[in-house]
Amino acid sequence: MSDTFAPAKLFATMFVFWLLLNGALQLDVIVVGLLVAGGITYFFAGSLSFLSGYRVSVASAKATAGYLAFFFTELVRANLAMAWLVLDPALPMTPAIVKVRTRLQHPVARLLLANSITLTPGTLSVELRGEWIYVHWVVAQTTDPEAATEAIVAGFEKYLEVMYD
Amino acid sequence: MIALTWLGVAVMTAGVVFLALGGLGLVRMPDTYTRIQAGTKATTLGTILSLFGAALIMPGWSIKLLLIALFLMFTNPLSSQVLARAAHRAGVPATDKTKADALADDQEGLA
Repeated sequence: MSDTFAPAKLFATMFVFWLLLNGALQLDVIVVGLLVAGGITYFFAGSLSFLSGYRVSVASAKATAGYLAFFFTELVRANLAMAWLVLDPALPMTPAIVKVRTRLQHPVARLLLANSITLTPGTLSVELRGEWIYVHWVVAQTTDPEAATEAIVAGFEKYLEVMYD
Repeated sequence: MIALTWLGVAVMTAGVVFLALGGLGLVRMPDTYTRIQAGTKATTLGTILSLFGAALIMPGWSIKLLLIALFLMFTNPLSSQVLARAAHRAGVPATDKTKADALADDQEGLA
C-alpha cells in the first residue's frame, strides 16, 4: 500500500479543487493555492488522499460510473423511504444496530463504503472495527450478520472492490 | 432560457421539500440515532437538489456548485457517523422499539 505518488496525488487534488473553486487563473490565486496545498502536503504527506489506492483502468472507470449511478438511485430511494416514514402517523419502524462484514481492504474504499451506507436506505454507520461495520438500521429486516451484509453492503462492495486496491 | 429557469425553480422546490421533511423527521423521531438518520439523508439530497436548481438558474456557477455538492457528500455522512459513534460510546439509550444492538453485545464481550 506504500504509494510513492501519494504526496503528489494529495497536492494535485487540493490544488485543482482550489483552482476550480476560484474559477480564475490569476497569479495571486495560483500562489496562495500552491503555498497552502504545499503546506498541507508537507505536514500530511503520509496521510490518505481521495485518490490513494484508486486503480486507473477501464474496468475501474466503468465501476466508478456504475457506483455513481447506483449511489444516486439509492440516495433518492433512501430519501423517499425516509419521507414516507416521517409522514406516517404511526412511525412504523423497527430500529436495530446490526453488524456487517466487508471484504474491502483499502481504508479509502472502506471510508466510501461507510459513507455510502450512511446516505442510503435507513442505514447509518455507527462504528468501524477492522472489517466489521456496525450499522444502525431504521427498518431492520434481519439481525443476522450474513443477511445484513447481503442487504446493506453487497450493492456497493461489488463496485468498490474493482475501484480500489 | 426561461424553461431552464423554471426547471431550476422546480428542482429547488423539491430540495426544499426534502429539507422540510428532514426537519419534521428531527421532531418526530424517537431517539438520537433515528434523528441523525432523518437529518443526514434528507439534508444531503435536499441540499444537492437546491444546489442543482441553482446551477440550472445560473449555469455559470455550475462548477462551484458541483464542488460544494461533492464536499457535502463527503463530509455530511462523516459527521453523522462521528455523532452516532460518540452518542453510542457515551451510552445514549436507543428507543424501546430497538430490536438488537450488536455493538453493545460485542462490547460486553470485550470488557
